[in-house]
Amino acid sequence: MSVDAATVRKIASLARIAVSDAEAEALVPELNTILGFVEQLGEVDTSGIAPLSAVIPNHLRMREDVVTDGGIRDAVLANAPQAEHGFFAVPKVIE
Amino acid sequence: MSDLTDLGVAALRDGFRRGDFSAREVADAFNAAVARAKPLNAFIVETPEHAIAAAEAADRARASGALAPLSGVPLGIKDLFCTAGVQTTAASHILAGFTPTYESTVTAKLFTAGAGMLGKLNMDQFAMGSSNETSAFGNVISPWRRGDGGNAPLAPGGSSGGSSAAVAARVAPGATGTDTGGSIRQPAAFTGIAGIKPTYGRCSRWGIVAFASSLDQAGPMARDVRDCAILLEAMSGFDPKDSTSLDEPVPAWETGLSSDLKGKRIGIPKEYRVEGMPAEIDALWERGIAFVKDAGAEVVEVSLPHTRYALPAYYIIAPAEASSNLARYDGVRYGLRDLPDGGSLADMYAATRAAGFGAEVRRRILIGTYVLSAGYYDAYYTKAQRVRALIARDFEQAWQSCDVLLTPTAPSAAFALGEKSADPLAMYLNDVFTVPASLAGLPAMSVPAGLDAQGLPLGLQLIGRPLDEQGVLNAGLAIEERAGFTARAGQWW
Repeated sequence: MSVDAATVRKIASLARIAVSDAEAEALVPELNTILGFVEQLGEVDTSGIAPLSAVIPNHLRMREDVVTDGGIRDAVLANAPQAEHGFFAVPKVIE
Repeated sequence: MSDLTDLGVAALRDGFRRGDFSAREVADAFNAAVARAKPLNAFIVETPEHAIAAAEAADRARASGALAPLSGVPLGIKDLFCTAGVQTTAASHILAGFTPTYESTVTAKLFTAGAGMLGKLNMDQFAMGSSNETSAFGNVISPWRRGDGGNAPLAPGGSSGGSSAAVAARVAPGATGTDTGGSIRQPAAFTGIAGIKPTYGRCSRWGIVAFASSLDQAGPMARDVRDCAILLEAMSGFDPKDSTSLDEPVPAWETGLSSDLKGKRIGIPKEYRVEGMPAEIDALWERGIAFVKDAGAEVVEVSLPHTRYALPAYYIIAPAEASSNLARYDGVRYGLRDLPDGGSLADMYAATRAAGFGAEVRRRILIGTYVLSAGYYDAYYTKAQRVRALIARDFEQAWQSCDVLLTPTAPSAAFALGEKSADPLAMYLNDVFTVPASLAGLPAMSVPAGLDAQGLPLGLQLIGRPLDEQGVLNAGLAIEERAGFTARAGQWW
């Protein structure tokens, strides 16, 4: 499988990364080289093989359903590019 | 007294305990070395005040008889570890100015153990790279140079290139690294130092900027095997804040060190004899085999038939996980925000991410987004995870006939900066020997074992069973003792 410029623009839009038409064109051969390389996995017979989900057997733990954190609003907001009135601020999303 | 910066972790710890020098003298010596080493560009942020504060605390602790395991030892910290109050960027513009309000579990453990921090080490952006050329803060220059009289700047390896350069240049006695597909082992091999990636889950990932969560593991980089054992002990341990953290006791790896390999079987995987491998690498491997035999081990040939599919599987799985992990950089909560005039929220996301991520990071996010997208998920991602299961099974079968595997760490010595950066695929091939152990979550380390014809370091890799870091360290020690690697980069900076 390979991608064309339209597909690159579509992927970039899904990934929320702005690309110019020229950048999309330049990415086509770059991505196709990598996709061509990974294509060789098609040679491997994986019938009956379950996809690996955990490399080291480990049980996901449950913890007590209690409050263990909180009260750190200012620390959470400390690195925000724009924080107002104790909230993250973003461009207006409703008219 | 000889220069304190010539001493490694164990020698600093023990000398400080004996009273040969104060921790403050050590911190001052390394802070000065860091300041002199700017041409290497190994640090993004220098934190001499942190190293001094830890040293003064260590000196007080010695006076009151309350020493901690790493009292008196300053370290370099890869910029992937969140450090409270100290800028953490993963070497990316998108985290410009990000100053964590919390400490990563691994650095918190190191600091509780008495270690100080010399600074935040440069790296490949988001740990994506094998040469440290994708950093937004410029290339790290290896302290090593070819013996041909040319002064071509060489790659320190990646992604932990600041860590490898700083340790090899005697600017830090040890450093933290992280390894997703070889990012501790390959830079260690390129710069003539040791580095170990423990079993997946040994070191908490909490507070480490995520790249590919099913592969990311922290580990130490230092001059020798003993120093790695000491640092790994301090970094490891169960952490309820990481859902994949292993609830296992941390063995006393340093106490357990033994280079006597009698009764051990060392496996030589025949598939690692790849086509076009330089004769020097092959010869180094043969020397390594002779070393472990001399240490009493039995050497057996083993087969890991799916080895050649590890790299293509990795370049689906790692970008897929990265595209998901890096979705958090949206210009809202931290780091860069780029809002075009009159732009919407969606415009802000797209502009911020285009401006903030470097070219290699964008490339991997796009690949990852593609292989996870509707209609392609099974063909790429599920297929890669099935192949990954086969790679893990190869190792499980190998453990029936051997205890530790011995291979070269990288297919070549360090290359010059710029030599491979135009071709992503050629760069990816650097990780051909390190990626399989990452996919299987196994402990693996690189130890320096010789020099190539240009006088550049070459490393050998040891891969162990899950949780058998001791077996890896011991085989590494046996090679280290016999290789007698004492070469170091001449100081030109």
